[in-house]
Amino acid sequence: MATTGSRIAAIAAVLMALAACGGSATPTAQTDVGITSTEILLGNTNALSGAAAAYGTISNAENAYFTYVNNNGGINGRHITLKILDDVYNPANTVPLTKQLVEQDKVFAMFSGLGTQTQTSVRDYLNGQKVPQLFVATGATTWGADYSKNTYTLGWQPPYQGESRIYAKDITTNHTSAKIGVLYQNDDYGQDYLKGLTDGLGSSASTMIVDKETYDVTAATPAAQLSKLKAAGADTLFLFTTPGFTIKSLATVTALHWEPAIYLNSVSNPQVYMGIAKKAGAALKNVTSVGYIKDPTDPQWDADAGMKLYKQAIANCTNCNVNDGFNIYGVAVAYTMVDVLKQAGSNMTRANVLNIAANQLNETNPFLLPGVVVKTTSSDHFPIMQEQVITWNGTGWTLQGTLINERGTLK
Amino acid sequence: MLQRIRTAPPRYWLVVVVVLFFAGFPTVISSFQAGQWALALILAIAIMGLNILVGYSGQLSLGHGAFMAFGAYASAILAHRYKMDYLVTIPIAGLLTGMVGFLFGVPALRLSALYLALATFALAVVMPSLIKRPVGLTGGVQGISLPPVVVPQLAKDGFTMLTGSAMTSDQWVYYVTFAYALVLFWLAWNLVRHRAGRAMRAIRDGEVAAAASGINISGYKTLAFGISALYAGIAGSLLGLATGYISPDTFPVSLSIQLLVGAVVGGLASIPGPLLGGIFAYFLPIESNQWVPTQTWIPSQIVATVVKAGPAVTYGVVLILLMIFAPNGIVGLATAGYNRLRRRLRGAADRESGHIPPDPQTV
Repeated sequence: MATTGSRIAAIAAVLMALAACGGSATPTAQTDVGITSTEILLGNTNALSGAAAAYGTISNAENAYFTYVNNNGGINGRHITLKILDDVYNPANTVPLTKQLVEQDKVFAMFSGLGTQTQTSVRDYLNGQKVPQLFVATGATTWGADYSKNTYTLGWQPPYQGESRIYAKDITTNHTSAKIGVLYQNDDYGQDYLKGLTDGLGSSASTMIVDKETYDVTAATPAAQLSKLKAAGADTLFLFTTPGFTIKSLATVTALHWEPAIYLNSVSNPQVYMGIAKKAGAALKNVTSVGYIKDPTDPQWDADAGMKLYKQAIANCTNCNVNDGFNIYGVAVAYTMVDVLKQAGSNMTRANVLNIAANQLNETNPFLLPGVVVKTTSSDHFPIMQEQVITWNGTGWTLQGTLINERGTLK
Repeated sequence: MLQRIRTAPPRYWLVVVVVLFFAGFPTVISSFQAGQWALALILAIAIMGLNILVGYSGQLSLGHGAFMAFGAYASAILAHRYKMDYLVTIPIAGLLTGMVGFLFGVPALRLSALYLALATFALAVVMPSLIKRPVGLTGGVQGISLPPVVVPQLAKDGFTMLTGSAMTSDQWVYYVTFAYALVLFWLAWNLVRHRAGRAMRAIRDGEVAAAASGINISGYKTLAFGISALYAGIAGSLLGLATGYISPDTFPVSLSIQLLVGAVVGGLASIPGPLLGGIFAYFLPIESNQWVPTQTWIPSQIVATVVKAGPAVTYGVVLILLMIFAPNGIVGLATAGYNRLRRRLRGAADRESGHIPPDPQTV
């Protein structure tokens, strides 16, 4: 009987000790959740698999740049860990996975989550939990435009509307008699582009745009829509289409014996896709687009310090294609994240990091075109608003004119 | 009453254990894990609906994700646009989806198995596009953000009394889902054991014979479709509650496939099957995608391929293995194993001239 009693006492003592251990793990005041003396933990969700898996490489490229930074001393002795989870581009997955990163893994911030619907699905949650949702990988205008309602959320890349305003500017100055036909994807991405173009053209939009055709991502081919646009008499074709549909569209245009001036959105202009379109039979005559990131396949950057740094960093990812435009995108946005964390220095709190990212950015990013400034102020939360018109020369993109600044046109 | 309890077959006790387990579970796991289990139970409810259709009445549907979408949007629109309490909208969404399912069942009756599969598949394919059209109603591609879940004070207090910590919204969602799962599984159990269930099974096993026995074939087939859609509608509605945001991308075609795989893996024409199927369908892709990259012994090239192929590859592998080793799903495997064990024990006892082997638990 005595032994049983002492045994129970021993068990109780162990349980007490366990409970005490659990209780003592309270966060310290100087830093914040997700920060230790040696580590900064960031979370990320991306479509590593499924229909949008082509974007998955962005996360790996970001991780490659963080590895490069960690190998060179990290940030004030802390190394960055990026935990990447696969949401298969479905918001129903993004929500629990983000909760997992926030509540179980206790990340300091979410970084570069991919997809408009997926990131919208967790915006309320992250703002409610006061976890920064930094530099989401989507060009929807809402990230900058609705900043005042969601002060923990920030975009990075130029908003789609800003980009199509640049096309509108090019049309209204250089091609005033253009008859515009628009093919756009029926989602936030396509509609955002269309809105920017319509707004940019202003009062002449209704006369200049002769026809608009739409398709759903589940469609097999946009051929019927393109035939309609041709029949409507358009001589200028806008493709607000994702890479797969862009390739099909470019090939279809040639097959229809149609030779319009083509404006191609920047999501679909990486050289890799142009190569595939060419193989599919596209003539690729008179194609215009815009860019803000250096193209890794463009020989003019061969001796460029930023491009060399990119190639050095991306070597940390064994499965990344160095020529993929998405990878230099990932490295470039990771550079901005590192820049913000470096500025935060010893005051590594969510509030401070957020304040720097949302209000005080003024960065020259070596992976972006010369002159592009990543900038935020207390009244402007669109980090990148400069792009340059580029035209296809048969083997690569040629930069035209100078950078066009759309800062201030979107609110 | 006591007599009934004493003579209850072991499976009743199993039910009690399982119910108690799911009721007490969230008090020991973290809040976000409770949220994950809520999603697993939501899939289980949808799979139960599919099971009534596929397992018990023998009609194939590849489009139950579309019914989930309908239920989710019905709830979200009622809550967002007409400012109804979300909890009130759940049964309404279920009934509305049930009606839609019933109506869909009428033309679907004229199709034989393969064509019905195609028709329902088409429904799953067009659903995301259909949702996008009425932008004012559905929010188009931007989806609908739902108001944050408010935990009722009563639940809060009760939970605090039991566990000492405040109830989070995820835990509340879990219990709401659990309550629905309980009721719907109980209803399904009653359904399949009574007249309608017997009629459906008779139709499944032989339409001509069933018709000859006076069963209203078309009536029961559409009824199965309606009930099945009702389950999917409630599951979709609960999904909106659990994730707080719905959009066309929430209901891809692959969701319908996921449900069917879950139904088959759990075990068709069984009541516990959908529960196991739901847990499987929810956790397998997530866990495998997180587990595979942490395994250093798997060559990095294979890891990269598996990660890129995602849930599809793990689903595929498990499905093939199950079809070979357990064609009746997990429940079928368990039942067969249990029966074999019992036979062997009984057989052993017989061989040893009626002596039951001594209970090994003597310590």
